[in-house]
Amino acid sequence: MKSSIVSRSTATVSLLLGTALVLAACGGSNGASGSSKSGGSLSGSVRVDGSSTVAPLSTVAAEAFQEAEPGVKVTVGTSGTGGGFEKFCNGETDISDASRPIKDKEKAACAAKGITYDEFTVALDALTVVVNKQNTWAKCLTVDQLKKMWEPGSKVANWNQIDPSFPDEPLKLFGAGTDSGTFDYFTAAINGKEGASRTDYSPSEDDNITVTGVAGSKGGLGYFGFSYFEENADKLTAVQVDGGGGCVAPSKEAAQDGSYKPLSRPLFIYPSAAALKRPEVLGFVEYYVENNEKIADEALFIPLNAEQEKALQAKLEALKAKTGS
Amino acid sequence: MSSVQEQTGTAAGSSPPMSLRPSRPRHVEKVIHLGLILAALVSVATTVGIVLSFVPPNVEFFRQVPPLDFLTGTTWTPQFTPAAFGVLPLVSATLLITLLAMVVAAPLGLATALHLSEYARPRLRRVLKPLLEVLAGIPTVVFGFFALEFVTPLLRTILDPIFGGETPEIFNALSAALVMGVMIIPTIASLSEDAMAAVPNSLRQGAYALGSSKRQVSTKVVIPAALSGIVAAFVLGISRAVGETMIVAIAAGQRPNLSWNPLEGMQTMTGFIAAIGQGDVPVGSLGYDTIFAVGLLLFVATFLMNIFSIRLVRRFREVYE
Repeated sequence: MKSSIVSRSTATVSLLLGTALVLAACGGSNGASGSSKSGGSLSGSVRVDGSSTVAPLSTVAAEAFQEAEPGVKVTVGTSGTGGGFEKFCNGETDISDASRPIKDKEKAACAAKGITYDEFTVALDALTVVVNKQNTWAKCLTVDQLKKMWEPGSKVANWNQIDPSFPDEPLKLFGAGTDSGTFDYFTAAINGKEGASRTDYSPSEDDNITVTGVAGSKGGLGYFGFSYFEENADKLTAVQVDGGGGCVAPSKEAAQDGSYKPLSRPLFIYPSAAALKRPEVLGFVEYYVENNEKIADEALFIPLNAEQEKALQAKLEALKAKTGS
Repeated sequence: MSSVQEQTGTAAGSSPPMSLRPSRPRHVEKVIHLGLILAALVSVATTVGIVLSFVPPNVEFFRQVPPLDFLTGTTWTPQFTPAAFGVLPLVSATLLITLLAMVVAAPLGLATALHLSEYARPRLRRVLKPLLEVLAGIPTVVFGFFALEFVTPLLRTILDPIFGGETPEIFNALSAALVMGVMIIPTIASLSEDAMAAVPNSLRQGAYALGSSKRQVSTKVVIPAALSGIVAAFVLGISRAVGETMIVAIAAGQRPNLSWNPLEGMQTMTGFIAAIGQGDVPVGSLGYDTIFAVGLLLFVATFLMNIFSIRLVRRFREVYE
């Protein structure tokens, strides 16, 4: 008798709790999209995927855009530049983030599926080589020294093999995985051939793992985009790179005037023509390009220099004229 | 009802023999029976489905990579060019970490089970058992970060003075194995304790009556009697260790490394699958099929281990009335 009364009231209470939770969850999302913020007229979803280097920039753009347009949902993935293009040329994403220009093979894949796109340079990156904070000897490395470390078949396992004046410290390498545009760009710039790299380092598509690795190993060395260094400047030291013109530290100015050679590179977004026909995607791309300087500053990225900025805005005007918005 | 009628019928000796079937067919019973059969078949169907889904990518993979190269090669670089598909670095890492984890989990789990079963006072037992369940309920990703952020620095403070330099590496097999061992303790303890509880009390009492101490009863009577269950617990612990993904993905490293030094980082089979899953290889490419090849290897390994454990359990099993 008693057990049935207890179980009945427990059932009622749990049912009420469950209903309350469900209503709260549904009510919350309805409230957000139903609120009448000024200018919020678009709705739909925008799928962005690709480079993990560009992702922080696109995420900041997405957050800012969603504040202005609460009815639009923008998702940013990090499958790597290569992985992003695979999805993009399959029609699965609307915009592809890329830390290198689209390759011929990828162009062909897109053409085969009838996907046309636009290319926008939205920011600059100074691909940064980082070492542990306790590394006081490697302040500047030449491209040749980096090549010696990273070329295919390299057997360099100690810092003193790079330069006899360096101490006897095992070299621990961390870097980008092979799907990463950062990997493509670094290997092309340092080893001379895209994709050519030694294989016995710790690869990861997630640059945060590289941060953890280098920060935890005294003889560690890794590479990733400038924004990851800026966010972890307390844990890591950036190495100056000598690309033939003296040692240059990665910085906003060095990337903008091109003196940080050969590791300064443009960052791209590739919206597909089909996606741009949708007002929410077009709205996002316009917002991204028009506010690219503010977004780059907020995301700790390097904004374009004046000349590149002018070219970008001209491209946006052309796009607007084409779509008639 | 009908059987009573049957009995009274025969007792009276006059009514004709009646059928034992129910007078009204019970459809609900049949429906429930069918529903339960279907529920049980879901598990079987899922296993069969998984095995079948492995076949096409593996056929494709082994068409391009000779199985002997796969099973005996010592370089694993499927993503780079030139690609090498020797799976031994992944297998050695899995074996090393599993072994170290069992070195931690087996004695501690068995000792915990013995304590809970033979030595603990009822009040202590009431506190310890739920705590063990709590340990079992911690998500493995939390264990992974615990290994990376707490155990590795701790190991460094202990081992740096002895080995000099930075020992172990930031991603290393030892931290992952230690934490994995702790994660498996509840599994082994729980199953071993059940096996020990199933040992009839009469055996214990007989031993006590003959003047044995508690230690002698535990080691000479209870454990041998519960041995089949304990072995089953160990094998289950090994299966869990082999299949564990998050702890090794976070703490053991991403670098395939054929080495028996647990202070180095190394990538296990499960760690490889997790890493590639995050990186997004194109579906249908050789890199994609590699995931399935490693998955098949894992599946075969755990399957063989389960069969082995069933045989072993059957051999050691002692049945009491």
